[in-house]
Amino acid sequence: VFKRFVEIGRVAFISFGPHAGKLVAIVDVIDQNRALVDGPCSGVRRQAMPFKCMQLTDFVLKFPHSARQKCVRLAWEKENINEKWAATRWAKKIEAREKKAKMTDFDRYKVMKAKKMRNRIIKHEMKKLQKMASKKGKKPEKPEKSEKPEKPEKPGKVQKSQKVQKAQKAQK
Amino acid sequence: MAGEKAAGEKKPGEKAAGEKKPGKKKPAEKKPAEQQAGQKEAGEKKKKVKKHHASRNPVLARGIGRYSRSAMYARKALYKRKYTAPETKIEKKKKEKPRATITKPVGGDKNGGSRVVKIRKMPRYYPTEDVPRKLLSHGKKPFCQHKRRLRASITPGTVLILLTGRHRGKRVVFLKQLDTGLLLVTGPLVVNRVPLRRAHQKFVIATSTKVDISGVKIPKHLTDAYFKKKRLRKPKHQEGEIFDTEKEKYEITEQRKSDQKAVDSQVLARIKKVPQLRGYLRSTFCLSNGVYPHKLVF
Repeated sequence: VFKRFVEIGRVAFISFGPHAGKLVAIVDVIDQNRALVDGPCSGVRRQAMPFKCMQLTDFVLKFPHSARQKCVRLAWEKENINEKWAATRWAKKIEAREKKAKMTDFDRYKVMKAKKMRNRIIKHEMKKLQKMASKKGKKPEKPEKSEKPEKPEKPGKVQKSQKVQKAQKAQK
Repeated sequence: MAGEKAAGEKKPGEKAAGEKKPGKKKPAEKKPAEQQAGQKEAGEKKKKVKKHHASRNPVLARGIGRYSRSAMYARKALYKRKYTAPETKIEKKKKEKPRATITKPVGGDKNGGSRVVKIRKMPRYYPTEDVPRKLLSHGKKPFCQHKRRLRASITPGTVLILLTGRHRGKRVVFLKQLDTGLLLVTGPLVVNRVPLRRAHQKFVIATSTKVDISGVKIPKHLTDAYFKKKRLRKPKHQEGEIFDTEKEKYEITEQRKSDQKAVDSQVLARIKKVPQLRGYLRSTFCLSNGVYPHKLVF
C-alpha cells in the first residue's frame, strides 16, 4: 500500500514554506512531526523541518543517521540526485507548469496555432482511418492502407508536440 | 596685480595663448613655478603623506560618543586649525559693492545745487501677513502644463491591446507618445484595419512583445492637432439646412492615406522579420473560461 517511507537518507521535495520547490535529504527524525533535514546541493541549510511540508520522492541515499553535511553531500553527488530528479516526470510536470504560467500573450498565440495545426493533422488521419473502417465493413478491403496513414501521423504528431514545446520554451 | 593675473591664468594648467606684454614675465615666472612643483614632489617623497588620526571620540554605543562637541573641539585642537579662504578674491568682491547713494543736481535758487539720494529706498508699505496668502488656484495648472507620464512597460514598438473604442481587442503597434499624453498607434492598416490613431494609455494593455522600431521615422506633422476631431459650428440661423452642412460622414483625406503608407511601409518591414508576428497582430484578444486577467502574464 505504501511504497515510500520516511527513513534516513530519503530524499524529500519541499512543497511549501520558505524553501518551497527544493530537494532535501532526511538526516534524522526528531519526533512525530519533525525531521532533521539537510540539502547541501540544493541550498537548504541543515535544520528541523515538519513532515507536513515534505513530500517523499523515490530516491534514498545511504548515510548513517546524524551524518554531517559533508557526508550527505558526498552521498548526494554519488547518486547524482539532481540529474535523476530532473529526469523524473514529477520534475518535468513542475517545469511545464511554471513555463505555462510565464507564457506571454504572444506565446499563447503561438501555442494556439501549433495546437490547431496538430489537431487538424490528427483529425485528418482519424477521418481517413474511419473511412477505411467503414469501407471495410461494406467490402473486405486491404489492411495495407490502414498502416500507411499511421506512419505520417506519428511524425506529424512528433513535429507538432515539438513545436508546442518550442513555442512554450521560445521566448524565455 | 598683473603678476597675480598671470599666475591665475596658469594655475588651471592650460597653455595660455602667448601675449606679448606679459610674455617676458612668463618665462621668469614659469621657473619658480616649476621649482616649487619640484620641491613639492621632493618634499612629498621625503616626508610621508600626513596620516589621518583615528577618531578621537571613542564610541559608547552606536551613535553616542564619549565626548561632547566642545570637548571634541578642544581635543581636535580646532582652535589652532581655523582656515580662512584666500583673501584676494574676497577683497575684490568687497570692492565691488554696489553704490548705495547718488548725488543728483537740484534746480531752484538757494537750494544747495545737489542732493544725496539713496538708490534703494526702504519700502513704504509693510504687509500685515509675513507670507502672503496663496491664491485659491495655487498649484492648479492648466491641462497644457500638466506633467505627462508614460508607463514603463510602454516603449516605442510595444504591441498594445486596445480595450475600448471601435477597435477593442485588437493588437496594435505603439509608435510614440504625443504632447497631450495620448499614444500614437498604428495597426498597421493592412494587418488589422487600425489606422494611425490616438489611444489612451489607461485603456490599453501593454504586452511584453516588442517590435524593433529604432530606425522608423515618424513624420513630424503627426500631432494632436492633426488628429483632433473637426466640427463645423457656424450655422447661419437657417434651421432648414443646419443638419446637412455639419460633418455627417467622416472622409479619409489624401494626406492621411499618404501618411499611413509612409509609416506603415517602415513598420511592416520590421514586423515581417519576426515569425508569426503578423498573424498575432491580425488576431484579437479575448477571455474565455478559465482565463483570468489577474493571472495572465502579458
